[in-house]
Amino acid sequence: MSLDDVKTTGFKYVGTSPDRPDGLDKVTGRAKFGADAYAPGMLHGAIARSPHAHARIISIDTSKAEALEGVKAIVTRADFRDDLRGDHWNVLENVMAGDTALYDGHAVAAVAATSVLVARDAAKLIEVTYETLPHVTDVDEAMADGAPVIRAGTADKSVPEGLHPNVVRYHESGHGDVEAGFAEADLIIEDHFRTEATHQGYIEPHACLATLGGDGKGDLWCCTQGHWNVQKICSSLLGLETSQLRVTASEIGGGFGGKTVVFIEPVALALSRKTNRPVKIVMSRSEVFRASGPTASTSMDVRIGMKKDGTITAAKGVFRLQGGAFPGAPMEFTAMCAFAPYNLKHVKQIGYDVMSNRPKQAAYRAPGSPMGAFAVESVIDELCNKLGLDPIEVRLKNASREGTRASFGPTFQRVGLVETLEAAKAHPHYSAPLKPGQGRGISCGFWFNFGGETSVSLALSMDGTVQIVVGTPDIGGSRASMALMAAEELGIPYENIRCTIADTASLGYNEVSHGSRVTYASGLATIKAARDAVKKLCGRAAAKWGIDPEAVDWVDGCAVPSGPNAGDFDPMPIAQICKSMGRTGGPIVGHFEASPEGAGVSFATHIVDAEVDPETGKTSVVRYTVVQDAGKAIHPAYVEGQYQGGAAQGIGWALNEEYVYGKDGRLQNDVFLDYRIPVASDLPMIDTVIVEVPNPGHPHGVRGVGETSICPPLAAIANAVSAAAGVRLHELPMNPPRILAALARRD
Amino acid sequence: MSKIHVTTSVNGDAVEFLCDPRETLLDVLRDRLGLTGAKEGCGTGDCGACTITLDGRVVCSCLVLGAEAEGREVGTIEGIANGEELHPLQRKFIEHAALQCGICTPGILVATKALLEKNPDPTETEVRYWLAGNLCRCTGYDKIIRAVMDTAAELRSESKELS
Ligand code: FES
Ligand code: FES
Repeated sequence: MSLDDVKTTGFKYVGTSPDRPDGLDKVTGRAKFGADAYAPGMLHGAIARSPHAHARIISIDTSKAEALEGVKAIVTRADFRDDLRGDHWNVLENVMAGDTALYDGHAVAAVAATSVLVARDAAKLIEVTYETLPHVTDVDEAMADGAPVIRAGTADKSVPEGLHPNVVRYHESGHGDVEAGFAEADLIIEDHFRTEATHQGYIEPHACLATLGGDGKGDLWCCTQGHWNVQKICSSLLGLETSQLRVTASEIGGGFGGKTVVFIEPVALALSRKTNRPVKIVMSRSEVFRASGPTASTSMDVRIGMKKDGTITAAKGVFRLQGGAFPGAPMEFTAMCAFAPYNLKHVKQIGYDVMSNRPKQAAYRAPGSPMGAFAVESVIDELCNKLGLDPIEVRLKNASREGTRASFGPTFQRVGLVETLEAAKAHPHYSAPLKPGQGRGISCGFWFNFGGETSVSLALSMDGTVQIVVGTPDIGGSRASMALMAAEELGIPYENIRCTIADTASLGYNEVSHGSRVTYASGLATIKAARDAVKKLCGRAAAKWGIDPEAVDWVDGCAVPSGPNAGDFDPMPIAQICKSMGRTGGPIVGHFEASPEGAGVSFATHIVDAEVDPETGKTSVVRYTVVQDAGKAIHPAYVEGQYQGGAAQGIGWALNEEYVYGKDGRLQNDVFLDYRIPVASDLPMIDTVIVEVPNPGHPHGVRGVGETSICPPLAAIANAVSAAAGVRLHELPMNPPRILAALARRD
Repeated sequence: MSKIHVTTSVNGDAVEFLCDPRETLLDVLRDRLGLTGAKEGCGTGDCGACTITLDGRVVCSCLVLGAEAEGREVGTIEGIANGEELHPLQRKFIEHAALQCGICTPGILVATKALLEKNPDPTETEVRYWLAGNLCRCTGYDKIIRAVMDTAAELRSESKELS
């Protein structure tokens, strides 16, 4: 097999669901997560945070805190670099406030002490004098004339003249002539939609253990989705040479995009440098809500024209995203994904990135895409209702296929949207009868998926077993997937392979575990590293046999003479080659480094049945089916898990979850009791259908699977609820008060 | 502030420790006794990641003071397996892929073990309500519920064989 061969059928290991290698550690409690690390002489850190949404910091008096017994050091912004610009300045400004606190929960100082309790007490004794400033937390208000300016001069060149200074980036894309398209429509619907900010809600709060000395050498242990990124940013913020800071990723207790950035890590390093002792910081849940990276909130207008036969003639969307007190709300992703499922002659999408006095948003599973899908798929649903058309047929009629010019520019290669729609149509769920008070909704969703810098090394042991070292933290079972792909290539049992997540000192740069890139990119790199090792193994056999290495095949874990030498020698098993590797040329290691660019976009179609209680306004999801194109499911049980998890998070986002800010600009619901994520008794079983339309850009056909699953739920549930309630819901979450208000509107 | 001396039992072993009067049992287990299997997801009794048993009752250890362990029997995730042999729930959770990140898993295992001891034949709804205090953000609970139901069925058929 050539090194670039793509294999999409005839798998032996890929496509099975063996036990995960870290399973035992995780069911016995011995797996080490972020907060599970301790070091001799360790101090505990705590952070003092702004109680104001927007306030100038006049002075910080640390004398009382310093006088407390057990306090060893206090740091403020002065303990970080003062010559940063651009992105890293923004990160630092978020990690530790400069002259202004920009949101409720913004860090202003931090303390290291001999115990957690003393550190927390000391943080409370830090006296900060503030001059409060006017604030704004709502996206539309932040764009309106007269809104308080978060930071003048932040807007980049993309922003048209005349907009409020809080609008800091602008996006426009599409093709055709939308006005001409609307003129062809038999029915046009335009509507306004809003979604509140939600939080990824990972159960493990951010945690780290930092050790840094005056010699500029440091070690950092933390729960992160990408430790090379942590290394790069922390070394920059503290003025260290990148390679002198070694970062180890702990087991990670959920991330969903929220652990792609740094918050406490630079602070712990600064405290460690100042005390010359290891410092551990663990966020409280309230800190996670107030001061990590929730999603953007949105305000959106979508207009779609349709012919009587269901053909969409034109579509236009305006997407305004508030991303907190920094640039970066993923409005271009919202805009680019919103209409991606459809083959449109005329389409235009506009995005606004708006700053407000909220924490800096971070990625959350397909960042930006679910909100756009909510608006667009709601309008399509309404058009289908008004024109008496079947929602799946309409979507099939307009679906993006291979060769479709995507709404965001490029031409799609092989994609699996039609296959997900056909599978949804054929699923018994779609034709099952509904009970009174229930409604059914469907929605499609789209996400790009991503490649990025990737580096993998695969070392053979003397007994022919294999160690794979990858650099992408394992969030949902990726070590099992890597081992399966390597087993497939090497022709050896899954159990003979151990996959480890390396620290930053052990591999080249690895991009963060985001963009559904792990199984795609680290998987591709693992396969190529295995093929590299196979080539070397074949070379050793060829040398032993005295034949041309090209005349050796690799079959079922053995070197086999082929071509003119076929049958001349017995197959030589991997263990035999490895046993003598010291004498035949030294250790055998396969490796691969690249930034693969063949990530396959993915589509999903979800079907939801919802029941609305007209007395209380409470909605129950009674049946849920996820249909999604995986390209190739390496470990199907974990692919199903990604589908189910995305759907469950979508249910929370659609029905319950929201950031509630008071008039004072402070977050009102900073504990799980008040920010209510779905619990077991809220949900039904979540049925899954794995569609496999191979991605030509991956040697086993993998597309990413982690993110697309959260794109359709908001709209699918809104469509189901609207059907059940007999009135269209335009705002998320669809909590009982909103449902009751909508029912009152209907009657 | 002077510390409190506590004598207790953890997973059947006699244990003594000194703790601050304000210190939670969760912090004592993790920071003083090195038992980091119980996790802090919230510290306010809302997530169940810190679930342990106290005299056989399921509690959130973040809501119990270390001092309250005096004279009690504490059970944690570290005490669930029998030596090399995993508890059937632990085995089934791995088999059913009932964990993704695994941070919720220790709490959920401690809670469901107590459920099955009380109610060997729970319905799906009973399992869901029993676990309503244990948040899992990764799985959507589907595979967790299946793993628990399957374990219960296995334990029932085993106990039938024995009798
Ligand atoms: S940490 Fe105790 S319930 Fe969340
Ligand atoms: S597996 Fe991640 S929270 Fe449950």
